[in-house]
Amino acid sequence: MSASTADSATPVLRLENVVKTFGDRVVLAGIDLTVDAHEVIALIGASGSGKSTLLRTINLLEQVDDGRVLLTGTDITDPRIDADAVRARFGTVFQHYNLFPHLTVLDNVTLALRHVHGVGKAAAAARGLELLDRVGLADFARSYPDRLSGGQQQRVAIVRALASGPEVLLLDEITSALDPELVGEVLELVRDLGASGTTILMATHEMAFARDVATRVVFLDAGVIREEGTPDQIFGAPRDPRTRAFLDRVTSAGRGAAPDDTTAG
Amino acid sequence: MSPHRPPVTETNSAVVDRTPSALELERRAFRARSSRRSVLISLASTVVFAALVAVFVVGTPGWRSVQETFFDPEVLVAAWPRVIEGLWLNIRVLVVASIGVAIVGVLLASVRTLRGPIFFPLRLLAAAYTDVFRGMPLLIVLYLVGFGIPGLGLFPRMPMEFWGTVALVLTYSAYVAEVLRAGIEAVHPSQRLAARSLGLGYIASLRLVILPQALRKVTPALMNDFVSMQKDVGLISVLGAVDAVRAAQIETSASYNFTPYVLAGLLFVALALPTIRLTDWLTARQREREQHGSVV
Ligand SMILES: Nc1ncnc2c1ncn2[C@@H]1O[C@H](COP(=O)(O)OP(=O)(O)OP(=O)(O)O)[C@@H](O)[C@H]1O
Ligand SMILES: [Mg+2]
Repeated sequence: MSASTADSATPVLRLENVVKTFGDRVVLAGIDLTVDAHEVIALIGASGSGKSTLLRTINLLEQVDDGRVLLTGTDITDPRIDADAVRARFGTVFQHYNLFPHLTVLDNVTLALRHVHGVGKAAAAARGLELLDRVGLADFARSYPDRLSGGQQQRVAIVRALASGPEVLLLDEITSALDPELVGEVLELVRDLGASGTTILMATHEMAFARDVATRVVFLDAGVIREEGTPDQIFGAPRDPRTRAFLDRVTSAGRGAAPDDTTAG
Repeated sequence: MSPHRPPVTETNSAVVDRTPSALELERRAFRARSSRRSVLISLASTVVFAALVAVFVVGTPGWRSVQETFFDPEVLVAAWPRVIEGLWLNIRVLVVASIGVAIVGVLLASVRTLRGPIFFPLRLLAAAYTDVFRGMPLLIVLYLVGFGIPGLGLFPRMPMEFWGTVALVLTYSAYVAEVLRAGIEAVHPSQRLAARSLGLGYIASLRLVILPQALRKVTPALMNDFVSMQKDVGLISVLGAVDAVRAAQIETSASYNFTPYVLAGLLFVALALPTIRLTDWLTARQREREQHGSVV
């Protein structure tokens, strides 16, 4: 089951014809996607194109209506699989942080370690403090989340998702609820994670950041992957007219990835 | 998180040492003066009001005989040991019933918030339970449980306080379950999503994430139910359990004097006071935490 036993050719994540419907609405209309270890994949697309639904389907917060999702070769859409154990292998960060307000920052970070992975209290606290220290938030370990700024809360949420060493990090528009001046600190953390080899699948509206940090960009449109490629190819020379139209729209809205803008974030 | 980047340490709070300006000092002095005056005025009016009531009651034509039958110190002293012993039974019943109510209440609330069609029968059952026991007067539940269940002949003989405790648990768990359910539903669904995405199971999410937040939201309401139950433990006397109320009744029938009832009543009030104060304190603290703009 674990990543180490799978041979290196096995992709970390593999989606085969994933379909998700809500009533009559087909939100994901057959998604095929492969994510290899250490890849940073940016999922872009208009609002309502199905980015969040795709992420929730991958970590089994939604049930697929067809197709399969393979995590290091194991079919996790098999109904016989232990869904809780599968979710524990992903790290998920949400748009609105979703920290637990009744727990201190440290307890937020160590909750899964202690109650899912069975790590002892002291060992979990040591690991949590070490991670918080690395993102410069060790001073807040005993504070409650509501004492922190949005950017700090989101960084705690990222640390919480990382604490138990997930195989893939799923990030769902983690900066879109933040004030503009707080976006940078969060993106910088994601950039560092990507550089240090964390496998990341992130839905994002930050095109400049996607261009800068992603190893691959996937454009989702009306529940299908219209185009995927390197950031330079997607942002520099999009082939699909829908991709081009989407990028034109976001660029004119001031969130594009102009060539001289790639260091933003 | 590259190791080469020096950690940016952010500090928790800025410590600013500042002395207030003359303007602020003047404002504080004014506030202190006016609040002192308000306290004096309300204190004086309370004293005057209490004195008027006292003079009026003592001045009523029947006061002397009322005083003798309800506030006789000798009878009070004589009744004290028995009533206190009865109260001790009430306290024990209260403790056991509270634990029972907590367990059954949490279970009922959890069942009522289960999702998915397979749990429909369970949810329906829990809903029916809460409807019945919130609607039925406790006195009737006491009679039905206390005299009905032993009549079935299924259970070994149990003291009446046992059945009284069962009846209290039945009734109050229905109330507490409803309060808890409201609390659980007031926790934002994204909290459950975040908990589950960490790999916590349904029960673990409920226990570690949802219930603690739900409890915080409904603490005052729960305390209120507890105060209410504190006095309702006195009702087990109708089953013949010798609690404080029954003890007072026994003493009264011996002396033809109602002072033992007054004594029992005051003891129940004394029992409830700490909880009432605690509730006030918790409510105030919660308000303080959640309300910015604390002036209004
Ligand atoms: N639980 C649900 N029930 C019904 N429809 C849903 C549900 N969740 C999502 N949808 C629909 O699925 C579509 C895709 O939603 P999704 O949230 O995945 O889009 P998105 O790409 O993440 O958009 P955004 O950029 O606004 O976050 C939307 O039309 C949405 O209304
Ligand atoms: Mg979304």
